[in-house]
Amino acid sequence: MTSTVESIPTQVGARPPFSLATEIRRQAGRPRTRIALGFMVVLPLIILLAFEFGGASDDGSNGTGAFASLVDFATAGGPNFAMFTLLVSSSFLTVVVIALFFGDTVASEASWGSLRYLLAIPVPRARLLGVKLVTAMLSGALALVLLVGTALIAGTARYGWHPLRSTVADQLDPGPALGRLAAATGYIALTLLTVAMLAFLLSVSTDAPLGAVGGAVLLQILSSILDQIDALGVIRDYLPTHYSDAWVGLLSTPIQTDAMVRGAISALSYAAIFGTLAFWKFLRKDITS
Amino acid sequence: MSGHPRAGRSLVIMPVRLPRIRKPSRATVLRRLVPSAVALALVAGLVAWALAPKPRSYTTTDAMLTVLTGPRGDEPVALDTTLFLPKSASPAHPVPAILLAHGFGGTKQSVATDAGNFADRGYAVLTWSAQGFGRSGGQIHLDSPDYEVRDAQRLLDWLASQPEIQLDATGDPRVAAVGGSYGGALSLMLAGVDPRVDAIVPMITWHDLADAFLPEASGSGPSNGVFKKQWAGLFFGQGAAASLDGQVADESASTITSTVDGDASCGRFAVDVCAAYLDVASTGRASPATIALLQRSSPAPTLSRITAPTLLIQGQADSLFPLSEGEANYRAIAATGTPVRMDWFAGGHDGGNGPQRDQDRLHYLTIQWLDHYVKGSGKDPGTGFTYSRVSGFDSQTRRVSTTGFSSDAFPDTGAGPAPAQIAISGPPQEIFNPPGGTPAAISTLPGSTASVLATALGGAAVEIPGQHADFVSQPLPATTDVVGAPTVRIRAASPTSEAVLFVKLYDVDPNAGSTLPFGLAAPVRLTGLPSSIQDATPVTVTLPPIVYRFEQRHRLRITVSSSDQAYAAPNAPAVYTVALDAGSGAVTLPTVASQPIPDPDVLWRYLLVLVAAFIALALLTALLVARVRRRRRTVEVVAEQLALPDGSVRSLADVPLVVRGLRKEYGDGFVAVESIDFTVHRGQVVGLLGPNGAGKTTSLRVLMGMTRPTRGEILVFGHHLRPGADVLRRVGALVEGPGFLPHLSGVDNLRLYWRSTGRPAPEAHFEQAAAIAGLGSAIDRKVKKYSHGMKQRLAIAQAMLGLPELLVLDEPTDGLDPPQIAEMRRILRDYATDGRAVLVSSHLLAEVEQTCTHVVVMHKGNVVANGPVEEVVGDSPIARFDVSDVAMARGVLTGLAGVREVTPDGGTGLVVDLDGTPRADVVAALVHAGVAVDRVVPRRRLEDAFLALVGGDTRASGER
Repeated sequence: MTSTVESIPTQVGARPPFSLATEIRRQAGRPRTRIALGFMVVLPLIILLAFEFGGASDDGSNGTGAFASLVDFATAGGPNFAMFTLLVSSSFLTVVVIALFFGDTVASEASWGSLRYLLAIPVPRARLLGVKLVTAMLSGALALVLLVGTALIAGTARYGWHPLRSTVADQLDPGPALGRLAAATGYIALTLLTVAMLAFLLSVSTDAPLGAVGGAVLLQILSSILDQIDALGVIRDYLPTHYSDAWVGLLSTPIQTDAMVRGAISALSYAAIFGTLAFWKFLRKDITS
Repeated sequence: MSGHPRAGRSLVIMPVRLPRIRKPSRATVLRRLVPSAVALALVAGLVAWALAPKPRSYTTTDAMLTVLTGPRGDEPVALDTTLFLPKSASPAHPVPAILLAHGFGGTKQSVATDAGNFADRGYAVLTWSAQGFGRSGGQIHLDSPDYEVRDAQRLLDWLASQPEIQLDATGDPRVAAVGGSYGGALSLMLAGVDPRVDAIVPMITWHDLADAFLPEASGSGPSNGVFKKQWAGLFFGQGAAASLDGQVADESASTITSTVDGDASCGRFAVDVCAAYLDVASTGRASPATIALLQRSSPAPTLSRITAPTLLIQGQADSLFPLSEGEANYRAIAATGTPVRMDWFAGGHDGGNGPQRDQDRLHYLTIQWLDHYVKGSGKDPGTGFTYSRVSGFDSQTRRVSTTGFSSDAFPDTGAGPAPAQIAISGPPQEIFNPPGGTPAAISTLPGSTASVLATALGGAAVEIPGQHADFVSQPLPATTDVVGAPTVRIRAASPTSEAVLFVKLYDVDPNAGSTLPFGLAAPVRLTGLPSSIQDATPVTVTLPPIVYRFEQRHRLRITVSSSDQAYAAPNAPAVYTVALDAGSGAVTLPTVASQPIPDPDVLWRYLLVLVAAFIALALLTALLVARVRRRRRTVEVVAEQLALPDGSVRSLADVPLVVRGLRKEYGDGFVAVESIDFTVHRGQVVGLLGPNGAGKTTSLRVLMGMTRPTRGEILVFGHHLRPGADVLRRVGALVEGPGFLPHLSGVDNLRLYWRSTGRPAPEAHFEQAAAIAGLGSAIDRKVKKYSHGMKQRLAIAQAMLGLPELLVLDEPTDGLDPPQIAEMRRILRDYATDGRAVLVSSHLLAEVEQTCTHVVVMHKGNVVANGPVEEVVGDSPIARFDVSDVAMARGVLTGLAGVREVTPDGGTGLVVDLDGTPRADVVAALVHAGVAVDRVVPRRRLEDAFLALVGGDTRASGER
C-alpha cells in the first residue's frame, strides 16, 4: 500500500479543541462545584458562630500537645482564626473536597456519556485529561483560598487585626503572619496533591464518580490510621499522610521546614506516580461507557 | 455501498464462521496477575526489611567476675559483666575495647543497646553492673576511688588478659571508658588514676558532687550550699531500691533490702554514704565530713592527672548536673594540655536523650573520638566546642528541634564576643519566706518523665505571689543569644541576717507570658545581711549556664524568690528585702562566636529540588513530545483506488468510510467483532443492521476512536482512524445514546459542545440543529429534566452540528414516537446529499428498509449481507400463497410458464418462485382453475436471508 502525506487543512479561525476556558465554563455551573465552594465559605462562619455561642470555656484537654495553642488562641485575631480554621479542616474536609474535584473529573463525564462525544470531537485524550486536571487544580486552589480567605476576613471582622499568637512561636505581626498563612495553605495544597492525583487515577479507572472520590478518601483514612501505629516504625515515613501536619512547623520561630521538605518530596512523588499512571491508563483505555 | 463487482442483483451472503467462546488465555491471566503480585511482593519485602531482626555482628558472654577491691584491695566482690565481642575479633586480630559504665540506678542491661552499637563498630565492649546494683555484690560507695574506680581498674586488668583484646603493653589494654552520669564520673575518675585508659567520653556527669548537691551561686561553696533535696532524695531512693535486675520502679525498697546486705534505711548504700545522706537530708546543711565524702566521690581532685583525650558531653536540660559541671571539668582537663572537647546538647537528666538530631551528633562525635584516639583511624576531631540551641518544635515528633553550632574552642573568659549587658530595673521589694518552706515556687520537676519540651519551655515554672521580687528589662531591641552563665548583681536584707534566695532569669514575651529556660534556678545563701536594704552590699550571682535565644521585643526578668520546691530552704518565716545593685542593674549575658553546623536535613532540600526539577522536566518533555507529534500528525492518506460497483474508480480520500477486516477482542478474551468489511460512499445512507449484540456498537466505538481494534483498519476519507485522529472532525456521531451535562440546558449543551471543538461558531449551524432537535422552548430547560426521546433528538442535533461529512448514528430512533421517526427518516435522507453520507445502526429491519439506501447486515460479529436496500430488502421472486386446495394449486402452478419452483409450506401454504411472473397473473390462473386464494404474501429476500442466517438464533453476540 502506498501512502502519501497530506496535512489536514486547518480551518480559518479554528482553535485547539477543548480549551481550558470551555472546560471551566462546563464545570462552573455544576451544583457540585457550587456547593463545595459554597461550603468553603460557610464553614468558617459556622466555626465563628460556634465560638460565639459556645462561650469561652476550654477544658484544656485537647491532646495535640504544644499545638493545642492554636485552639486556645483561635479567637485572638483574624490570622489566628484563619490558622485555626485551616487546622480543623485540613485533616478531613479539604481532603474530601479535593477528592471530589479530582475524583469526578473523568468519571462524571463517563457516567453522563459525554466523554465519548468529547473524544469524538476529536479531543486528544492527553489534552482532555490535561485540561480536566488543570481545571480540577484551579477548583481545588479556589476552594482553599475561599476557606482561608473567608476565615481571615470573618475572623478579622469579628476579632480584629491582631498578631498571630501561639505558644510555640514568638508572636507574629499580622503582615508576616499572612505570609505564614499563605505558606501553610500552599503546603496543604501540596500535600493534598497526593489524594488529588489518587482520586484522579481512580477517576480514569471507573465510571462511578463517587467510587473514585470515596476510594481516594478511604485510602487517605487508611493511611492516617496506619500512621497512628508506632510499631510500623520507618514504614510510617512512607505513608502519604505522614507529613500532612508538617505545616504547623510554620508556626514556630524560626520556621521548622524539615518535615515540610520531606512532606513535599513525599507529596510530589506520590502525585507524580499517580498522575503518570492516570495518563498512562487513560491514553490506552477502551472507552466503553 | 460496497463495491461488488458482480452486476445485477448482487445479494451477497457470506458464510458465518461461528466464533468460539474464548476463555481468557493463560497469558492474559498472567498479565493481569503479575502487576498485583509484584506490588504485593514489594510491600511485603519493605515490611519484612523494616521489621526483620538484623543479624548481630558480635557475640555476648555473661560472666560473674570477682575482683579484689576496697581501700587495701583485699575485699572480693563479684561483678556481673557482659563482654560484647565483635565476630571479627580473634587473638590474631585483637580489637580495642570500651569499658561502658551505666548510670545511677541502672545495671549493665541499661547500656546493652549502646554496647551492641559499639560492638557493631568493631569494639569489644565490657559492661558491668556496678557494686551495689543488679546482680553484682558489694555496696554503693558512690564512685569511690577505693571501690567503684578500683573495680574498673581490675576490669582493665581482666581485659588485658583476654587474647582478643588489643594491648598497648603487657597488662595495658587499648581501651576507652565511656559512661553517662554515674558512669561518666567513673570514666573521669578512672582516667584520673589509671593512665592505661586511652580515651574517655563522660556524659552528663558531675565535677564536684558537693557542689552539685549543695550549690551556691554566689560562690561561697558547698558548706554554705542550698541542699538540692528533691534530686538527692531521688538519687538516694534509686540506690536504696536498686534491685537485683535493676527493676527499680516495680519493686518496693523493703523487699529488696531483705535480699541484700544493708538495713532498711540505707538499702544497698555503704554505711558512710548513707550516713552522709541522712545527715544532709535531715538538716539541709552538710557537715565537713559529708562534704569531704562527696568531694572524694568526684572527678575534681584527679582531673589534673588525666592524660586520656576527653570528649565531655553535658546536657542543657539538666537541673541535677548543669552545664557548669561540664564546664569545670573542661577547664581542669584543658589546663593539663590533654585534648578535650565539649558538647552541650538539648537533653540531660531533665530532658532525656534530646532530639534525634542531637543524638545523631553525639553519636557521630563519640565514634569519631573513639576511632581516632582508640582505634587509631579517622582524622583528629580537634578540641572545639559544639552545642545545640533549641530552635522550635518539630511538628512531626512534637518535640523540640534544635540547631547545632560549632566553635573552634570552648570559650575562655575574655575570649570571644563581649557579653551583652541588658539593663533591668525595679524597686527594692519585700518577699516572704513561708514557714516550713511551703508553698514553694517550682522551677523544675526533677526526674519527671516530662518531655524535654516541657522543661525547655519552662512550662512547669510557678511563682508564689508575695514570695518573689521581679526586675524587668525594656523590650529587647534585637534578638539576643546566650551561651553560658548569665550573671546579675543583687542586694538583700534580712532580719535574721541570713537569706536563702533563688535567682532565675525569665524570658517574658510581649503577651506577658514567661518562660524559665530549662527550669533552672540559682540558689544563693547570703549571710551577714543587714536588716535594712540601704546597708546591703551587692553580690554577684552566677546563674546556671544556658543556651538560649531571647527574641526581639521580649523582656528579661530576674526573679528572686524565697522558696523552691526542689531545694531545702529555711523553715522559719521571714521577710527579706531584695534589690538590684544600685549602680548596675544589668544582666550580663555571655555568648560564643560560632557557626551553624551544616544541617543534615539539607540533603532533603536538595532532594526536593531534584524531585521538583525532575517532575518539571518530565512535564516539559511530555508537552514538547506531544506538540511535535501533533505537528507531525500531518496525516497519512492511503493513496489507494477503490473500484465502484458501476465500474468507476475512486480515490480513498474521497470515500467517507472503509472498514476492512476489523476485529475487536476485549481484554477478557471476548470477541465482540470477528471480522467485518464494508464501505460507505458519499450520498449513501447505510444501515448497519443486526440483532442486539451483533457487534454494531463495538464497530461504531472503534470507528469513533474510543477503542482500538485488535486487527484490521478503518479509513475515513483515506485517513487511518486512530483514537483522537484529526479526521474525526469530519464525523458527527451519536453512539450508545445521548451524553449531556445534566445541569445545563439543551442549548447550552450544544453551544458548549461546539465551543469544545474550538471551531468558529458560524460553522455550527445552530439553527438547523435546533430545528432538527425540534425541542421548541424546551431547549432552554435543563437536560436532566428531558425525556429519553428529547435527549435522543438533542443528541442527533449535536451530531449534526457543523454538518459533518459523515454522520454516524447508533439506534437514532430509539425513544422517538412514530411521527418523529418518520421525520427523522426524511432528515437523514435529506442529509446524505451534497456528498455527505450517513451510517445508521439499527436492530429494526423496517427502519433500515425505510431509511437507508444501503444495508450491512451483521450477526455474531460478522457481516452476513451487504448491498443496496432495494436489492437486499426489495421484493424477491418468491411469494407464499395460501390456497383452498394445495394439491390442485400445485398442479396449476407447476404448469404455468415462468414458475420455477413450488414448495408446499404448511397445510394451506405454497412457496412459489415466480421468476418474474407477475403475482396477479398467477392469482388469475389459480382462480381460473377454481382454486380460492386466501392470501398472497411476497417474501422479502432480506428477511429470508436474515432468518436463514440467524437460524432463529437472535441471541446477542454477548450470549454466544
